[in-house]
Amino acid sequence: MSVRVEHLVRNAPGSARRLLNDVSLDVPRGAFVALVGPSGAGKTTLLRAIAGLDNFEQGALLLDGQPMGSMRDRARKIGFVFQNYALFPHMTVAKNIAFGLDVLPRSERPSRSAIAARVQELLELMQLPDAGASYPARLSGGQRQRVALARALATGPGLLLLDEPFGALDPIVRRSIRSWLKDLHERLGLTTILVTHDQDEAVEIADRIVVMQEGQIVQDAPPEDLNRNPQTPFVMEFLGESSSFSGTVRDGLMVPDEAGILPFSVPDTVPPGPITAMARPYEIQVYTGADLLAAQATVSLVAEGVRNGYRHYRAQLLERSIPFCVPDYTEGRVKYQDSVMLNISRARLFRDGVLCV
Amino acid sequence: MKQAVLSFLRGGGSALPGYRLALAATLVWTGFFILLPLSALIIRPWQDGVGAMVAALHDARMFAALWTSFSCAFLAALLNIPLGLLLAWTLVRGDLPGRRVADAVIDLPLALPTAVSGITLATLYGPQGWLGAPLAKLGLVLAYSRTGIVLALMFVGLPFVVRTVEPVLKNLPRDMEEAAVLLGARPWQVVTRVIIAPLLPALLTGFGLALARGVGEYGSVIFIAGNQPFKSEIAPLLIVVRLQEFDYAGATAIALILLLMSLLALVLVSLVRWRLSVWGEQA
Repeated sequence: MSVRVEHLVRNAPGSARRLLNDVSLDVPRGAFVALVGPSGAGKTTLLRAIAGLDNFEQGALLLDGQPMGSMRDRARKIGFVFQNYALFPHMTVAKNIAFGLDVLPRSERPSRSAIAARVQELLELMQLPDAGASYPARLSGGQRQRVALARALATGPGLLLLDEPFGALDPIVRRSIRSWLKDLHERLGLTTILVTHDQDEAVEIADRIVVMQEGQIVQDAPPEDLNRNPQTPFVMEFLGESSSFSGTVRDGLMVPDEAGILPFSVPDTVPPGPITAMARPYEIQVYTGADLLAAQATVSLVAEGVRNGYRHYRAQLLERSIPFCVPDYTEGRVKYQDSVMLNISRARLFRDGVLCV
Repeated sequence: MKQAVLSFLRGGGSALPGYRLALAATLVWTGFFILLPLSALIIRPWQDGVGAMVAALHDARMFAALWTSFSCAFLAALLNIPLGLLLAWTLVRGDLPGRRVADAVIDLPLALPTAVSGITLATLYGPQGWLGAPLAKLGLVLAYSRTGIVLALMFVGLPFVVRTVEPVLKNLPRDMEEAAVLLGARPWQVVTRVIIAPLLPALLTGFGLALARGVGEYGSVIFIAGNQPFKSEIAPLLIVVRLQEFDYAGATAIALILLLMSLLALVLVSLVRWRLSVWGEQA
């Protein structure tokens, strides 16, 4: 099922504050989109609006090109997995999963045995073949999460909406359930929209990432694109640790304000003037050339050990320290405590809050 | 078993001080104030001899009174379930102005001296009362009959249902209802399957409390009941009547039966509730 959101505006109840401010989004059939952003950015609000759980003041919402009026029209075509799973505690797992089929009017309802077969099929898909008779209170977080997913899928929806579904899970379960979900999405031919505040998760699982900030969409791009060309410093910051350096562009060179950082050449398209360079820890390099004057080399390094295949350092500038890292396999490790300069020529350049290309 | 009892008495390895003192105080307290009177109630009827007890049990008026008490209390508690549920619902979910005032007023039947509620109800529903007079014209006589008893018992029993349901309803996640709607449930299906079903244990507890209160209720009932033997006489009143006749065997016989039946009713309610709340057990 394709989703089209056009200029959606939603105010906070009883005030003029905008929870969603002119949001437009186009999700084609079969896409896996992640909505990311800090708390209060409007991710869940947008998801709930798509599900029809909340009303909105302006704009339009098209599902498969059709405006969807009432809740009854949407029901069963949209599978929604809530943050806290919202399982029915007084029903067994099987009853929970069968709920969407049990509430059908008698004329449309499948037979008891057909429902039981469907439940078992879903339980097996969720890798919980024996959980049918137990109550949700007896399940672990990861199991509850999968039951909630099975319940949402029982009616065969075309659109799956997930509201921070991995929030309460431990890291190992999270990782395994991620790839499993991606696999499920492809196998069932679903259109999936996932809300998460974990950018790593979004990058790994989605084929498109929509970054939201203060009720607006800041950037909507595939993960690689997002990483390579973040449109604003916020997106850059949000996608991972980064350091920013202010400076000035002069004669095709970016000259940092701080001592100890090498100037670097910028493309001709960047006009002269003040500018901000942002670099991730792995994009910062150390320069120890023979031509380095002792007076310039004011940066000292502190080693911080090895993590995830990277050797981490902290570069002490005059007024602050910058984290950076190099792959652990590099020959001749950086000799710390040496006086060096930093090379940030791989940094992205921002001016007035927008990426300069 | 023996070890469990011993470790219980020793404090079960609890790090908190004062365990034994607290335990002793609790045991003395429950012993003096609950177990002692109850055992006296069980022993006293037989002191005048088994013959007197048997004679006292052959009393049609007593059985009529017991029947009145239990059937009216049962009916009142049953009628209080939907009423209490609705009231709790409005208190929790409805954003009405004056909700806090209503919240405070709910407990009034518990705080009011029962005689006061009895007189109030009697004047209200009596043949000349504000509500009684117009209703009597319509052919509905509420006071001085079993209907009056049920009415009075509903009045005193309502807070029990409301107060037991309210916290559970408050903790019922809203998104459960949203999930049900998204799965295609119609409004009545949401209410019956997703709201009332998890509330059943709480409703049953409220029912049990209201029933227990109703069986023992005296003050609020006697003014509106009419108190005709074999028709609208309640068991607690008959105890008072017997005592005034210096028929202690008769009085304690009624008390004993009242006690046993109340106990039985509460045990039954607990059993059903236990059956209904299997789902709440943690792994």
